[in-house]
Amino acid sequence: MNKPLRRIAIFCGLLVLALLIRDNWIQYVQADSLQTREENRRVSIERYATPRGNIIVDGKAITGSVATEGTDFKYKRTWKNGEMWAPVTGYASQAVGATQLENLEDGILTGNDDRLFFRNTLDMMTGKKKEGGSVVTTLNAAAQKAAFDGLGDKKGAVAAIDPSTGAILALASTPSYDPSSFAGISSKDGETFTKLDKNKDKPMLNRALRETYPPGSTFKVVTAAAALENGKVDGIDERTDSPDPYQLPQSTTPLTNEHGDCENANLRYALMVSCNTVFAKLSDSVGNEGMIKQAEKFGFNNAELDTPVRAAESIYPEDNRPQNAMDGIGQASNRATPLQMAMVASAVANDGKLMKPYMVDQLRASNLDVIETHEPEELSQAVSGETAQKLQEMMETVVNDPQGTGGKAKISGVTVGGKTGTAQHGLNNSEKPYAWFISYAKTSDGGSPVAVAVVVEDGSANRDDISGGGLAGPIARDVMKAVIDSKK
Amino acid sequence: MSSTTNPSTHHTSTIGAIGAPSRRNTELALLVFAVVIPVFAYANVGLAINDEVPTGLLGYGLGLGLLAGVGHLVVRKFAAYADPLLLPLATLLNGLGLVIIWRLDQSERLQQLAKSAYGVFTPSAPKQLMFAAAGLALFVAVLVFLKDHRVLQRYTYISMAAAIVLLLLPLVPGLGADTFGAKIWIRIPGAGTIQPGEFAKIIIGIFFSGYLMVKRDALALASRRFMGLYLPRGRDLGPIITIWAVSLLILVFENDLGTSLLFFGMFVIMLYVATERTSWIVIGLLMSAAGAVGVASFAGHVQARVNAWLDPWSCYQDSDACFQIGQSIMAFGSGGVMGTGLGQGNSDLIGFAANSDFIFSTVGEEMGLAGVMAFLLLYGLIIERGVRTALAARDPFGKLFAIGLSGAFALQVFVVAGGVMGLIPLTGMTMPWLAAGGSSVIANWALIGILIRISDTARRPAPTPAANPDAEMTQVVRP
Repeated sequence: MNKPLRRIAIFCGLLVLALLIRDNWIQYVQADSLQTREENRRVSIERYATPRGNIIVDGKAITGSVATEGTDFKYKRTWKNGEMWAPVTGYASQAVGATQLENLEDGILTGNDDRLFFRNTLDMMTGKKKEGGSVVTTLNAAAQKAAFDGLGDKKGAVAAIDPSTGAILALASTPSYDPSSFAGISSKDGETFTKLDKNKDKPMLNRALRETYPPGSTFKVVTAAAALENGKVDGIDERTDSPDPYQLPQSTTPLTNEHGDCENANLRYALMVSCNTVFAKLSDSVGNEGMIKQAEKFGFNNAELDTPVRAAESIYPEDNRPQNAMDGIGQASNRATPLQMAMVASAVANDGKLMKPYMVDQLRASNLDVIETHEPEELSQAVSGETAQKLQEMMETVVNDPQGTGGKAKISGVTVGGKTGTAQHGLNNSEKPYAWFISYAKTSDGGSPVAVAVVVEDGSANRDDISGGGLAGPIARDVMKAVIDSKK
Repeated sequence: MSSTTNPSTHHTSTIGAIGAPSRRNTELALLVFAVVIPVFAYANVGLAINDEVPTGLLGYGLGLGLLAGVGHLVVRKFAAYADPLLLPLATLLNGLGLVIIWRLDQSERLQQLAKSAYGVFTPSAPKQLMFAAAGLALFVAVLVFLKDHRVLQRYTYISMAAAIVLLLLPLVPGLGADTFGAKIWIRIPGAGTIQPGEFAKIIIGIFFSGYLMVKRDALALASRRFMGLYLPRGRDLGPIITIWAVSLLILVFENDLGTSLLFFGMFVIMLYVATERTSWIVIGLLMSAAGAVGVASFAGHVQARVNAWLDPWSCYQDSDACFQIGQSIMAFGSGGVMGTGLGQGNSDLIGFAANSDFIFSTVGEEMGLAGVMAFLLLYGLIIERGVRTALAARDPFGKLFAIGLSGAFALQVFVVAGGVMGLIPLTGMTMPWLAAGGSSVIANWALIGILIRISDTARRPAPTPAANPDAEMTQVVRP
């Protein structure tokens, strides 16, 4: 009986061998993918096992962590003034996961980032508990508050940038939500999230970064830049050859103006009273290709603009002639995020140089050692310095001239340049228009500390009142003032 | 074939005549390790979970040491020539099993789960220590009262009846307990649940050995040759068909692939060893394949297990079977090569049965690839010692019994570990000694007792022959 016994011994050996091979497969070859599977609760257990690192604004934490009762998750995320900061931080919920900075910088916040590995190993040896690092943002608390308070109950968004670096100073979106309201794992947290998610006002939409609007008349700044760069006008004070009303090319539709005497108006006047006819004709004479090129230099048609939270793509499309003419006044198929329009204002203020917008200044370990610092990065030279000067002159006229549409943005002792916009939308312009305002401020030393774009989706009922200057202008002014005051 | 024609047994007995080493001191030295390692593991868990050496450490160490010491003394007295590895291996596995069960007792998650399901949480480790003591008592009883394993031959047919009754007990209404789909437990009021299959494993081994020893010539020789295989006569197919049918009944009505596979596999292995006919293996494989496919296409619960095995992720949210196997595989994966360290993993996410059916997942997560391989090798060593015992045994009954028990043990380890690692569909059996549950621990201690008894008989030197002046200096032939 010994021969079959030996074979059975080999068979038993093979059974054990099969187990050993399978074990190596799941514990070595597949280990990484099993560890990070979405079904694997250990990922979120780890995320909330230690107090999460904080997101910092102006040296103060705008987030926190509290110990919870739960067995799985030891700590829960909290936010200070969550509604105001939600468009910056995003949320980190035990029930539904994390978004925006909370998600993108999760490694630093939990302390699991590879760059913290050495430090963590040292801590482990010395018996110290692992701690999350912190994310230092570029935001300006006063500007953010001015933006959020200015929007108030209205639906809209504000984006403010430091033109010289691209640092984002304010990023507000209303209506907003408090991420603390669903940070936990209870069924109540889940219900709150579902309710917010289904709300038709979309409180969880980050309008400043992730929503595109027709830019309306604020786009005329880009059209003016294209006309100047392409030599379609001799100067900002030279008369243009513009009929009023203007017959759109290849079309029988006449385009008119809301107010002002726009026939053959010069560029400065046309921007000041926002002449549709002049800019539509200029856009047509620059041509679709030239307009796309200029828009792209300002940051349009970039699907990968990471701040590091990715902004929605602002679009200037290939269009036929009448559409392209209407694109020139921001009323056709071109669309822009509030951040994009703030970038336009910032490039003008920064002598034509467009800086890449960013909102994370530094990543720090728990002991405050700096792990990474953001270096300002030039995105493009949007227009020449000369053109930028002319655009500044024109935009400042919009604010300073008694006839200008942007008078409400004036700040005493500060030079302000701006442009209003009233973008119509909906079928046959049936819906309430969007009120826009983009502007920048220059201090006495000639530097420009802030450029801002404001959009208000639904103003009061009276159509004439929803001019960009009336609704959005004061918000832009308060934001700029807050930035300038905080620099003093 | 029989031992008298095997030259190697001649050598063994001849060497035995000049004094075979009993290896009891080797066993004692190994037992020290088998007690000390779990004690360290226990301290490790306490430090990891509560930052302090557990207060029960001394008691636990003494308890395990006492069990090991009693086992050793009984072996020394009643089975002096037994295999020296079996007892230390079993002690080590039982000790580590206790530590892991105690570790899972500390899990808040499992405590809350038990409270919400049953209203009360009772730790399993103290019970398990009691079961280990009971198992060792049975081990001692086997060695003390079973002086010669061949006595068991007398009970061949009684064993068959007993085994079938035990196997079918869970189907008796009012007695069987349905736990997580498998009906392989019986509930005795006041005494908890018993898994009769674990005991049936040993008892049916007696039947198979006795039966095959008598019938093996008929099964081996009366056959026709067909396509290179010796096909048995129709009437000789009776026993294998009976066992096959019982296995299928278990599979269909008790919903347990593991038990079913275990008994059929055990029978085929023993049949092959008894007859030396490869045709039995082929027939056995064909029958189990046919049975498995047939049952899987008719029985929904078996299909669910198979689907969970094929792709646990597609049905992870909807089906408990998929959830459990998915959780188990993620526990293994999360352990990685070195594991999280005892007490620091989250294998308790599996929920119910974390310390029984899925206890090996905790080994995987907390001791890593290294720990799991070590455990598999420990089990492999037990199997190897069992097969060696079968090889060394001098009587056909002992040979068959030893290989039957070792083969069943090997299949059980494969079916359970393969199940929790996603190698084969999951079944309701438990890792010998590791898993919480009295039946398994007690039955496996008895199994080791029997293997030790057979190995003692096999290795015991033959009585010294009367001094023969003619034979002096010339008879010793070393292999």
